[in-house]
Amino acid sequence: MPCESKGPGAMAQQKPDPTQLAAVDYTPPRRGWRDLPVEFRKGTYNYAAPRRHVEYLGLPNPRDWQPHDADWQLPANWKQIILDGMKDRLDRYRSFRLFMDNCVRCGACADKCHFYLGSGDPKNTPVLRAELIRSVYRRYFTTAGRLFGPLAGARDLTEDVLKEWFYYFHQCTECRRCSVFCPYGIDTAEITMIGRELLNLVGCNIQWIIEPVSNCDRVGNHLGIQPHGFKDSLEFAADELEELTGIRIEIPINRKGAEVLLVVPSADYFGSPHYFTLLGYLMVLHEAGIDYTFSAYASEGGNFGLFASHELMKRLNGKIYAEARRLGVKWILGGECGHMWRVVHQYMDTMNGPADFLEVPVSPVTGTRFDNAASTKMVHVCEFTADLIAHGKLTLDRSRNDRWNVTFHDSCNPARAMGLYEEPRLILRSVLNQFHEMPEDTIRERTLCCGSGAGLGTDENFEMRMRGGHPRAMAVNYVRKRHGTNCVACICAVDKATLPPLLEYWVPGVDVAGVHELVGNALVMKGERPRTTDLRGEPLCGAGGSHA
Amino acid sequence: MSLVLALALYAAAASFIGGTAWRVWTWAATPEPFQIPTTSAQQRSLSGIAPSRVESPSTTLGVIGRMFLEGFLFRSLFRNTAPGRTPAGADVCPDPIFLERKALWLGAMAFHWSLLVIVVRHLRLFVEPVPRIAGVLASVDGFFQIGSPTWYATDATVVVALGYLLLRRLRDPLLRYISLPADYLAVGTLLAVAGTGIAVRYIARTDLVAVRHFTLSLAALAPSAAPPLDTWLVLHLLSVSFLLAILPFTKMIHAAGMWLSPTRNQRNDSRRRRHVNPWNAPAPIHSYEEWEDEFRDKLLAAGMPVERNALRVEGPGSDGAAEA
Repeated sequence: MPCESKGPGAMAQQKPDPTQLAAVDYTPPRRGWRDLPVEFRKGTYNYAAPRRHVEYLGLPNPRDWQPHDADWQLPANWKQIILDGMKDRLDRYRSFRLFMDNCVRCGACADKCHFYLGSGDPKNTPVLRAELIRSVYRRYFTTAGRLFGPLAGARDLTEDVLKEWFYYFHQCTECRRCSVFCPYGIDTAEITMIGRELLNLVGCNIQWIIEPVSNCDRVGNHLGIQPHGFKDSLEFAADELEELTGIRIEIPINRKGAEVLLVVPSADYFGSPHYFTLLGYLMVLHEAGIDYTFSAYASEGGNFGLFASHELMKRLNGKIYAEARRLGVKWILGGECGHMWRVVHQYMDTMNGPADFLEVPVSPVTGTRFDNAASTKMVHVCEFTADLIAHGKLTLDRSRNDRWNVTFHDSCNPARAMGLYEEPRLILRSVLNQFHEMPEDTIRERTLCCGSGAGLGTDENFEMRMRGGHPRAMAVNYVRKRHGTNCVACICAVDKATLPPLLEYWVPGVDVAGVHELVGNALVMKGERPRTTDLRGEPLCGAGGSHA
Repeated sequence: MSLVLALALYAAAASFIGGTAWRVWTWAATPEPFQIPTTSAQQRSLSGIAPSRVESPSTTLGVIGRMFLEGFLFRSLFRNTAPGRTPAGADVCPDPIFLERKALWLGAMAFHWSLLVIVVRHLRLFVEPVPRIAGVLASVDGFFQIGSPTWYATDATVVVALGYLLLRRLRDPLLRYISLPADYLAVGTLLAVAGTGIAVRYIARTDLVAVRHFTLSLAALAPSAAPPLDTWLVLHLLSVSFLLAILPFTKMIHAAGMWLSPTRNQRNDSRRRRHVNPWNAPAPIHSYEEWEDEFRDKLLAAGMPVERNALRVEGPGSDGAAEA
């Protein structure tokens, strides 16, 4: 699958030369942006959604097509559908209406976007990305636009405009970096989300969003691996842990009456290096003695629905509460994932709550009541583990991570759509001897995106991903040169899938690890046999290693 | 002529008040379905981790603090940086350079605060008796006592700030590229208002007492006195009328809109307290039963629990998980 693919063989010939990509030309084109039709250049766009998945989800206009086709086979009344859809959303989302009206084009957002920084394309500035849709809004929904047309910044909705929307709303990772800098708080993620929703109304959606959504909905995870495969994967993890620690742990699935439902992004049990993060969770939960269960039905925390429409987001997310109710758990624990936490933190309760059948989460080990999750009843695993560590409930041997010199990449959504900054840092400082922050302008609320989020992490989109991730790679290289950093820790499944190829391209020799992988390495479990390797099977080299 | 001026000013005031009310009403009447604040700092979670009360506010007081900083000190704009350019031929992965860029913030602050002071100063033309604040501001503003009549500092800063904002838009290729005619219209109108106003005071030296009689009568909705009809005053009043008339229908309405921005004026407590979406639309959720029906054989073969074991005939009442 694209998101998981390292694809060195297949990609080798197509990979553009880094020196070419690094030399970005920031001179705007001579022609005004309204008259520049979009060119679907290989490497900079995503393939269309396969017909059968569009059909399964019951979305409009299923057909076989590709963005580079001249004829997009739009419905005859596509323009009316889009305009009706805009009207509907202008009436339902204050954010959308305000953000259509309020921009003064001061340009403060322009050079904050990693896609603009990496491509130099003015339409990748947040302000112009929004103008793509604002110009249509003015033409059809404002008096000035109707009367004065282009003079009032209005333009007609044409097929070229629609193609432009498709191209540029799939060159935004909804990372919200621009919204931190905007004096009016205009959030391009909102505009991109509505833009993609409108495109979905006429069947213009991409494979790496719609197929995972369809798989998550029907089967339970983004790859469509069936329940017994899911079970095999978890059993394999138990075997691996036994080999590593000498401790046999049980991993319950669909067990009724457990206290906690554990929901993680499915990449954690099918992907690498995600898998080592899964081992880390399992070790912590075992050591803390948590009574939990996985669910094979709601086995995906990641929510690619967020990248297509509010409705698809709600459909996928609804499975988690439904399953929590069926299994009779008390609360829900969520794994390391970026957009999953955007949905859990800012949408879940509103969309699918109230979760009045659950209880306010309480850590059975420390007694901490997670009042910050009192209503949604879902706790981030970093909050949970940080609380354990803060209470001294885990024995940690930092030296087992001594082969890693680590920096922390704030994943966009836990950062700017949640405010989860210190919990992972508290954990990392407790399990590492070597930890260095990247420059201030590239972390925390100013963190730079991996360039592949929001459904864009595909092989066919390789060039655009490398461009979008370039600023992040520069920051990684900064700490690599100064501190010898060789590992980027993160708490996002998309990061774990897409940072490795990004760093291999720009900063070879830097690995990527989940925070809980590093916790798993350091965690001294009761009754464990002396460890000789870390979770990846690499020999331990620190003082705590058996062959020091 | 004074009748034309009176009509223009009345029409402008009507457009300004009616238009602004209509815009604000439209926004306010549109629901904000989700709680989507931009969390620019640490959330409130564990007791051992200090939350940021303003930049990631979990309380209404925090939100008020955040909006105050945004509205009066332009907090977000203060963050502005610009990427430094690295020389061509350097490392493909050079150090990321983000330069401080406070000029835009400074220009915006200078313009907006000057405008506010100027508007308050003008209150003495509309309100009887003159509000204390207008007098106080006027004397502070004229602190340097340069020239006769005394130059107001804000008359200079507003023009310099607007000039900077315009020049910046014209000089930066990217900014020029993204600019719309409306952007020049706004800054042009404001410059016209400021320029003619300065001319009225310092060049034409219009009889302000007579102007005050006129404007006070306008404000009292009983236009009677005729203003001294010198050219600069007429131009000033016309440009002010134009500004007021178009303001609600241009980007300048951000002055009202920014207060409603959901990424700034919402609390970051969406897991603590449930935010209700008034139109919460139902969505079909693929149920556990549908899922089990599709995979039951595989679940049984893998020894996973199921709700309904197809091998047994069960009544509707049984809900125990049956192991295969």
